[in-house]
Amino acid sequence: MTSETPKQTGTVLLVDDDADFLLQQKILLEQAGFTVLTAESSKEAGPIAERENIDIAIVDLMMEDVDSGFALCYHIKQNKPNLPIIMVTGVQSETGIEFDAGTDEERSWVKADVMLTKPVRVEQLTAEIDRLMRIAQAQA
Amino acid sequence: MNALRVLVVDDELGMRLSVARALRDFRATIPHINTDYTFTVDQAETGEQALQLISATPPDLLLLDQKLPGISGLDVLESMNGASHDLLTIMITAYASIETAVAATKLGAFDFLSKPFTPAELKNAIRKASAQLVLMRQAKELQAEKRRVRFEFIRVLGHELKAPLNAVGGYLQIMQQGAAGNDPETRQQMIDRSLIRIEHMRKLIQDLLDMTRIEAGERRRELKEIDLREIAHRSIETMQPDADARNITIALHADQPITMHGDMTELEIVLNNLVSNAVKYNKDGGSVDVNLACENGTITITVTDTGIGMTEAEAESLFNDFVRIRNEKTRNILGSGLGLSIISKIADLYHGRATVRSQVDQGSTFTVELTQHPGEGIRDDRPNANSDVAERN
Repeated sequence: MTSETPKQTGTVLLVDDDADFLLQQKILLEQAGFTVLTAESSKEAGPIAERENIDIAIVDLMMEDVDSGFALCYHIKQNKPNLPIIMVTGVQSETGIEFDAGTDEERSWVKADVMLTKPVRVEQLTAEIDRLMRIAQAQA
Repeated sequence: MNALRVLVVDDELGMRLSVARALRDFRATIPHINTDYTFTVDQAETGEQALQLISATPPDLLLLDQKLPGISGLDVLESMNGASHDLLTIMITAYASIETAVAATKLGAFDFLSKPFTPAELKNAIRKASAQLVLMRQAKELQAEKRRVRFEFIRVLGHELKAPLNAVGGYLQIMQQGAAGNDPETRQQMIDRSLIRIEHMRKLIQDLLDMTRIEAGERRRELKEIDLREIAHRSIETMQPDADARNITIALHADQPITMHGDMTELEIVLNNLVSNAVKYNKDGGSVDVNLACENGTITITVTDTGIGMTEAEAESLFNDFVRIRNEKTRNILGSGLGLSIISKIADLYHGRATVRSQVDQGSTFTVELTQHPGEGIRDDRPNANSDVAERN
């Protein structure tokens, strides 16, 4: 049992209008030890983000509208400026448009801490969650 | 006002000025599109100068004298042939020699004017060339637009086909890696979702095949007298289990046989799509009314539901390819976005049309009008020698 990676803890809010992507990530993140709340639209996600005690949000960029994810990030950060947000997008592979919140200036505009492109590997996702939660804890 | 640029190439100043004068207030009306064009005139004294101007500011029409001090008019045409110019050339020849005419035609000249010519003759030649040029450009644009639509269709289709594969692939990967643990309920959920996505993909491919066959006119149509009530009955029967599961009642209203001359498969596609949409987009406990009527040689199929409805803006684009109204209410309804586009294409085959009236949260009424006896005008791919061979192979 010693070889098993230690279970991670924390509550993740997953927002994506693709029901299957949502279910798959939920299964994988729960298996990794997280508590997972899901929402299928930014409308649904807003109140959950305000009400629940979440540690990190993972938000899809294109939902009801092409920029729903951006708008949701903006609202979440207004209420909870220290809540880390990972934005996930299929945009790059679908349209060739590249988004990257690499510099401070871009981050201040995008309001997400990290941008990941679909398909997202679970190791990559849990590593980012881990990193961002540690930064948030250090800042608290 | 649309304007075309004319470049007149002649070493005689008098000739250049008289062309400019004749075209100053001239307007040419292009037939078919009824658009007026005016003209601006640029001038060149030599062939060399003309070639420079053509590459710097390409004209629409080129009035080109054959006999020039340096290189000849034919030489100019020849040098232009390498590059793709979107212009038409009218050759001006002092002595109407057959040899020059033939050589110039080979090099792509559109018309000739022989010196001396009257302003009326010049205007006539310019009018003819303008019409040719403008209509040719329109045809090209239409072609490009067709290519663009086709490309867009393939792009969206690619995306629509990839999405279910990604979903199913994702579930399989999770199961293969044992990443979901041993919970049988989770496993069952993943299998159920995979099967739903595969079913969706199957429906999409079926719709796609129906559509391409209808569009290409490739499917052999079998036109015969058909009672639409029978087809409607079968469509309703097919959807009955889904309707029952959600307490939706379906009623068929047709007092007498509604017969028409048509192709069974096409009419089945129309009714199946209409009835299945009316159930899918209905509310639990709602109703579907299928009306069939015939008046003055027009068959009218109306399917009314008490479902989620749509806004006027949404209804407008509904009959286009891959249009699916995406909102909270339609999120869990599977559809290819091709069904109504197919209906509209079939209605075209019967000189008819498909329309919708709808109110949000009240329901929608889809109406398809078809000509009862489409007769000679109908596209009928009767077996000929070639398609017979193709069929047997």
